[in-house]
Amino acid sequence: MGANDAGFIGQSVKRKEDARFLTGAGQYTDDVTMANQTHAYFLRSPHAHAKIRAIDTSKAKAAPGVVAVYTGADLEGVNGLPCGWLITSVDGTPMKEPPHHVLAKGKVRHVGDQLALVIAETIEQAKDAAELIDVDYEVLPAAVNPADALKPGAPQIHDEAPGNKCYTWAIGDKAAVDAAFATAAHVTKIDIVNNRLIPNAIEPRAAVAAYDRAGEAYTLYVTSQNPHVERLLMTAFVLGLPEHKVRVIAPDVGGGFGSKIYLYAEETAMVWASKRVNRPIKWVCERSESFLSDAHGRDHVTHAELALDKDGKFLALRVHTIAAMGAYLSTFASCIPTILYATLLAGQYTTPVIYCEVTASFTNTAPVDAYRGAGRPEATYVVERIVHQAAAEMGIAQDDLRRRNFIRSFPYQTPVALLYDTGGYDATLDEAMKMADVNGFPARKAEAAKRGKLRGIGYATYIEACGIAPSNIAGALGARAGLFEAGEVRVHPTGSVTVFTGSHSHGQGHETTFAQVVATVLGIPVDNVDVVHGDTGRVLFGMGTYGSRSLAVGGTAIMKALDKIVAKGKKIAAHLLEAAEGDIEFKDGKFTVAGTDRSKTFGEVALTAYVPHNYPLDKLEPGLNETAFYDPTNFTFPAGTHICEVEIDPDTGVVHIASFSACDDFGNIINPMIVEGQVHGGVCQGIGQALLENCVYDKDSGQLLTGSYMDYAMPRAGDVPSFKVATKVTPCTHNPLGAKGCGEAGAIGAPAALMNAVLDAMAEAGIKHFDMPATPHRVWQALQAAPSA
Amino acid sequence: MSVTLSISVNGKAAKADIDPRTLLVDFLRTNLGLTGTHVGCDTAQCGACTVLVDGHAIKACNVLAAQAQGKSIVTIEGLAAADGTMHPMQQAFKDCHGLQCGFCTPGMVMSAVDLVARHPGADEKTIRAELDGNLCRCTGYHNIVKAVQQGAAAMAK
Amino acid sequence: MYAVEYQQAKSVADAAALIAKTNGRVLAGGQSLIAAMKLRLAQPGTVIDLAGIPELAAIRKEGGALVIGAMAKHADVASSAEVKGTIPALAALAECIGDRQVRNMGTLGGSIANNDPAADWPAAVLGLDATIVTSKRKIAGGDFFKGMFETALGADEIITAVSFPVPKKAAYAKFRNPASRFALVGVFVAQGADGSVRVAVTGAAPSVFRASGIEAALAKSFTADAAKGVKVDASGLNTDLHGTAAYRAHLVAVMASRAVAEAAG
Repeated sequence: MGANDAGFIGQSVKRKEDARFLTGAGQYTDDVTMANQTHAYFLRSPHAHAKIRAIDTSKAKAAPGVVAVYTGADLEGVNGLPCGWLITSVDGTPMKEPPHHVLAKGKVRHVGDQLALVIAETIEQAKDAAELIDVDYEVLPAAVNPADALKPGAPQIHDEAPGNKCYTWAIGDKAAVDAAFATAAHVTKIDIVNNRLIPNAIEPRAAVAAYDRAGEAYTLYVTSQNPHVERLLMTAFVLGLPEHKVRVIAPDVGGGFGSKIYLYAEETAMVWASKRVNRPIKWVCERSESFLSDAHGRDHVTHAELALDKDGKFLALRVHTIAAMGAYLSTFASCIPTILYATLLAGQYTTPVIYCEVTASFTNTAPVDAYRGAGRPEATYVVERIVHQAAAEMGIAQDDLRRRNFIRSFPYQTPVALLYDTGGYDATLDEAMKMADVNGFPARKAEAAKRGKLRGIGYATYIEACGIAPSNIAGALGARAGLFEAGEVRVHPTGSVTVFTGSHSHGQGHETTFAQVVATVLGIPVDNVDVVHGDTGRVLFGMGTYGSRSLAVGGTAIMKALDKIVAKGKKIAAHLLEAAEGDIEFKDGKFTVAGTDRSKTFGEVALTAYVPHNYPLDKLEPGLNETAFYDPTNFTFPAGTHICEVEIDPDTGVVHIASFSACDDFGNIINPMIVEGQVHGGVCQGIGQALLENCVYDKDSGQLLTGSYMDYAMPRAGDVPSFKVATKVTPCTHNPLGAKGCGEAGAIGAPAALMNAVLDAMAEAGIKHFDMPATPHRVWQALQAAPSA
Repeated sequence: MSVTLSISVNGKAAKADIDPRTLLVDFLRTNLGLTGTHVGCDTAQCGACTVLVDGHAIKACNVLAAQAQGKSIVTIEGLAAADGTMHPMQQAFKDCHGLQCGFCTPGMVMSAVDLVARHPGADEKTIRAELDGNLCRCTGYHNIVKAVQQGAAAMAK
Repeated sequence: MYAVEYQQAKSVADAAALIAKTNGRVLAGGQSLIAAMKLRLAQPGTVIDLAGIPELAAIRKEGGALVIGAMAKHADVASSAEVKGTIPALAALAECIGDRQVRNMGTLGGSIANNDPAADWPAAVLGLDATIVTSKRKIAGGDFFKGMFETALGADEIITAVSFPVPKKAAYAKFRNPASRFALVGVFVAQGADGSVRVAVTGAAPSVFRASGIEAALAKSFTADAAKGVKVDASGLNTDLHGTAAYRAHLVAVMASRAVAEAAG
């Protein structure tokens, strides 16, 4: 590989996709306009929990411009939205899967639950008509807190889930953990809440659905992170349509962060309706609707206990978590607080035994599903908060306690199922401590104290499991889908290349990173490689983009296809050069007979494949187009250390981030610029969770109190500092790129690092516990109530 | 009753009879097909719809098109030179990786152009404060700040 | 947005006539009104745009007062040499309203006519004992704000300007709501030409009010410490997601002390 050539692996190539985004030429779903298009508006429940006694749509149907009005009763033969992961309770029973109707039937279960679809000539006419729909509700009491929903006497949300329990699942050796606790010299206990978040990709969800009578086929443009999965779920599980008659296109998508993984009711109803109205239908979610109807993230209540010996060695960890599912099971909801959470509780440590029990509850809120990090930020938050507290309680330095427990021998089998293939935790901790100038902290703290400020420093040494996942293992754990990825490399006669990948890009820069991989392998300029994604009509298949899997899994599928291209190219070159295939070497874009200067360029071989005049047609098909599916053999394990330093103004409770340093190990890096950008964005979202963001439902009425940017505080430029980022590399051992994934690390490490810093600062006031988010008001209140206040 | 709107957009005259409730952003996107100006919220906070009206950044989702009567609008589509050469601020965003998903980007770039016009030598703190009206969920703002600094330097040349 | 008619007024008299004729609402910068209309929270049958009346945007010094036209945009006030040279606190206040794009559209008159309990301008109007000039009369600042989103304005009355007496010292300190960027608590402190002290608080209560305890303390000693030492009564203050009444009461004293420091500095 020409590793030092411009555009190749390891270079910060400027992004190929930027020109269109910077000139207004991007094509997002809302930019798609079809001839004769109608507009959809969804009537949503104003109540958190209510029986629908009756719906009268007659006035709406007669309103000006209205094309059609549908309610749940109209969707005959349409199934509910499926959940893609079966979790089995400790008692052996399957999780409760109450129906998730495309349009509500019988009951509404959260504010924003959709119960009617109005289609009209203009969006304003659709809204006007929706106001004329008369719904007779019998309002019921609501349960919005995941722990409260499980209490006796809580409002019953689904008949199918008594006590609002979806499942109680566990992992680990409970008896061994109990035994280890009995021998502990010290036990640290914490009770923490992982605050509910609203993803807030800046592009709201949107869809355009059209039916073509001639082809009896549907086209759906939709804001999706994984159009093939969307199509599979929608056609096979919900609408019963032939999969090959539905084309799903996710064009430019303005951020996802998990919230656009799922099959949502809106686009499903629109595809169904598009045939009935026989006109294209467009729907664009308004932001206030997004707040109510996008799948939210996190929302855990956890009690954890860590047993240590007298030297600070971790003996055992015990965790009990209650996780909100919301009103219905979203596409991957069930696996987030289990498979993607509890398996991460070893962190970077040799804790020999771990037991975790998770109870998932239904609540009268929007559904909860994966949000950037998905289970892993929650796990890191538990582990790193309790380690911080243990260090404080035992009087051991934060870095020292961590080092006493680091895993240093790989591969390492954790007691919670995962097998870490590689890592180097001392290196990232050392570097992060240098970047954060930890040695200078005491002086900075003293100086801050002179100004009346409380200064603190916090660590998070995190691990994540990415590159989900070996399909057979996932299947054994309850996944109802495979988790491979598909790629296709199409070499054109002139030697330029189009790559088709199942890994959708919505900010991650795949069009550049994947092009770099292909350019490097084939020895051709990056500009000669285009990457196509997000269209079931063009891309062979795809499982989509989530869990920091695109490069490790999608990139590897492309590598596999490239292997086939090179292998075929060698056969062609051998024929042209009249040499044995085994003697052909491929390097820097040239097929060479080993030990000679006789060679053919990649372009010559490509042309020969399509103009096969001098070609072994008896042995080889013409053309140069290869596909590959790659199913990973293990997860990848990115890890690192984030260190945050904060200063609290006790007068106002404002937490100022003095510095944020992150040293991560993502394995091999294709494009450092893009990787740094991913870290910046992830850290900012993590800071958002720790400092600003909090989704709050009124506990009595179930109304969403943080239903717009007026009340849901998003991180703005002035809320965050510039970040110090660096990387260390231990290459992943089981994919050819050696890549681990970088998309979520920031959101995983940052909340714990920041909150540990806040707690370190508050320790002066005698405060030992504090939950996210550290908003000025909450910090001030905590300081007022502090023992030393 | 419709309003007869007559404005200039990216140097070209645009005239249309519109429903008075038409927002400027809808006029740009729907009537003129200038879909580079985006809508990311409904409370005039995200700034994805930012355009320049008579040189000043405003949120096109929060003004009626009629309020722009007789004014000169510049959208993201009007920033590059006629030959396609990107405006120094666009180029800076590309060079500094100041965008990821691209959705907030047009608004961010328009705000940045307005910012530099008023504060040619803005420091990081000023830039961060001045970008208060533009939300980005992808970049963590780090590279946006760098881009604005580089764009400012290039615009000064 | 519900259907609406749009009219552009050519003069204040024309605007008044249009209001009378259409029962419409005045549209200034529209940064609150259009937002409310979009969410279908406001449904004026007609909006009457004042933007075509240039004299309403004038800023001028008039005797011992600074007179700012109702249609002066926040950004224009913030950058006005006249304002900076006369009452710099007003320029600073204008600069911390909303965000840049909002300041480029939003107006002084629109803000005080709307009287959002967390808006910034009402603090300056009350803190400087300004006079609101309307199409019909002059209203003292203290008589203008009647409660949450309520003012002394008549249905067909149009604010044309606000006359701010030039103080000896003044400053505004704002603690922003982390989400909305409106004032969680904003305190305008002024020491008048005659030495009298006024302290007006926005964001903390259903409507702007004067913090008499702090005024008394500052009358004795115009220092940051004097303001900070006042225990502000939390009764009647707002409690919401972003802060309890007790927190707001505390912030009133803290922000007052910061404003005094700024004014004195």
